[in-house]
Amino acid sequence: MAMELHDFCSTSGVVIVAGKGGVGKTTVTAALATAAARAGASVLIIEVEGKSGISTALGLPDLEYEEQEARPGLRARTLTPDHALLEYLEDRGLKRVSKQLVRSGALDVVATAVPGMKDILVLGKVKQIERTGVADLIIIDAPAAGHAITFLLSARGLLDAVRVGPVRKQAADVLEMLSDPKRCRVMLVTLPEETPVNELVDTAFALEDRVGVKLMPVVVNAVPGDLALVGTTAAEDAAAAGLAAPPEAAALDAAAAFRHERHELARTQAARLASLLPLPQISLPFVFGEIGPIQVGQLADAFASGVAALPGPAT
Amino acid sequence: MSIDRLIDQSHVVVCCGTGGVGKTTTSAVLALAAARRGRNAVVVTIDPAKRLADTLGLEELGDTAREIARDRWDPSGIAPPAGRLSALMLDTRATFDGLVHKHAESPEQAERILANRFYRNIAGALSGTQEYMAMEKLHELHDEGGFDIIVVDTPPTRHALDFLDAPARLTRLLDNRIFRLLMVPSRRSLRLASLAVQTFLRTVAKVIGSEVIDDIVAFFRAFEGMEQGFRERAVNVLELLAAPTTAFVLVTSPRRDAVGEAEFFAERLRESELSVDALIVNRVHPDFGVQSTPFELRARAREIGRREIAVGETEASARLALRYENLADYVSLAQHERDELARAGDRIGAGVVTFVPSLAHDVFDIAALDAVGRHLVG
Repeated sequence: MAMELHDFCSTSGVVIVAGKGGVGKTTVTAALATAAARAGASVLIIEVEGKSGISTALGLPDLEYEEQEARPGLRARTLTPDHALLEYLEDRGLKRVSKQLVRSGALDVVATAVPGMKDILVLGKVKQIERTGVADLIIIDAPAAGHAITFLLSARGLLDAVRVGPVRKQAADVLEMLSDPKRCRVMLVTLPEETPVNELVDTAFALEDRVGVKLMPVVVNAVPGDLALVGTTAAEDAAAAGLAAPPEAAALDAAAAFRHERHELARTQAARLASLLPLPQISLPFVFGEIGPIQVGQLADAFASGVAALPGPAT
Repeated sequence: MSIDRLIDQSHVVVCCGTGGVGKTTTSAVLALAAARRGRNAVVVTIDPAKRLADTLGLEELGDTAREIARDRWDPSGIAPPAGRLSALMLDTRATFDGLVHKHAESPEQAERILANRFYRNIAGALSGTQEYMAMEKLHELHDEGGFDIIVVDTPPTRHALDFLDAPARLTRLLDNRIFRLLMVPSRRSLRLASLAVQTFLRTVAKVIGSEVIDDIVAFFRAFEGMEQGFRERAVNVLELLAAPTTAFVLVTSPRRDAVGEAEFFAERLRESELSVDALIVNRVHPDFGVQSTPFELRARAREIGRREIAVGETEASARLALRYENLADYVSLAQHERDELARAGDRIGAGVVTFVPSLAHDVFDIAALDAVGRHLVG
């Protein structure tokens, strides 16, 4: 039975998109968000680590703490640890102290004393946003893979380190959200290349075993499409079409061979990923050139077809 | 300056760049190329992919550089006899522990610090610690290693250049007024500080509990007397980075976000009065050496597609048109990448911009490292 995009997107309230640096995590975030918004969901993208390029992909100016609308039903904002911390203290009536703490640098010391403190503040804020129900789907553009594990492990680590107080409560609430697949799942992204595939597999097992978070289908990004041009040469095609041999024959053949080779490599790596990790895959095509709103729109289509082809419905 | 001259003349090469651009591989390539040119080279890597680590003989984290047997990196025996290649994988924690041992006034002081929970968090988690320890390791190899050239990889984060202000960062931590006051048990200063300290303690205790405070206070007490050594060391590291024989190499891919990060790093270096010596661009797409523009190639594809054709020629004709489209896609991509990068190179002020083509396989073994090296070194 095929899965509807709408069902796919509404399975969890929060989707955390994670992957090694350079695999196109941000592009995938934008494509998923666009696909979900088109399917009628109200979507909020939250960028948690510096400038990720999501604003360019969506055709927005640099993101800010305040939400911006990219298209009807699709909004985006940032959420930095510093902001989350200030807000956390302000919510508890400590606004004046918080300014002083930031100025004196004492906050850095405390944040260092409690590993994962900043991460838990960010995730705590995500949880708070989730609870207010401002969007059907909240998509988090997560830190790069290594850090993503630390990021998501922060709740468990903090429960061990801090025995009392509101931060402990915060950590417990975050952990509850992370381990409830109806509220939160993680979507891992990779390129169809050896090293990124290996790292994705390691990350996947670490997240399931150590964080207890439910994984969505993995996204294999930038897969070159097959042009099925092998078997003949440009000169042979020209002859068969009743044309003179093209002057660029050598370059045409080399480009077709290059494309074919990359396509085959991607297939091999996707198959290897499937054998190492028992999760369904969604593949997105390689995009020639820069990723802007038009390309994101095309990738959203590809995403929707990928979801439709999944064995479903998801559990 | 060409990459050849850079690896012939530099004593230190720092490779910077964002994640996923092949920075660790490039570091290994440069060290191998230097060894091939007769230099005693060492590469300091951070978290290499497993197969690259195996190639470099880095089965585990190592605090010390290990030489790679000559027959492994030069099986055909063509490198000059003076050429040597060593590698080490940074162990942030062990390096930090070593630093504490070095600067402690007594073994007991060192032990007290190493056992402190707050220290253990700093050593593992303080933003910039990994970066700072990479530089510490660099300085140690410079002082004690006897290497001609040291190639250092940096962590794949936006904060990779935080080591530039690591001295200030560490000093700020050690100088923190509130914590200094906590350290001094004199009644007078406690009274002076009482308001700030008590407010702070109350707040922190409310949020995370008082145990954490006890750890912090114990750490600062244990650390007393060691700040000077740490500070001097940090200053020495900065001097080494500013030396004329130190080169900074930015590594990027042609992706717009990666190029943006490279420019961010260049700006960061400029703020510290350091300059970028080379920009290495990995994974650029081939243009297949065509003279025609993508526009002409696409026009040709359309022309072929539109022709009146006889039955039986349709399929071959469509295939030929598709070949032209495909070539146009790659030529257009390759030109776009090269234009963008030439402009970025100008903005960055890199003396040399070098391209490494997109390779069909990940680079793991010595032969592949050499193959990349041939694109960098003439």
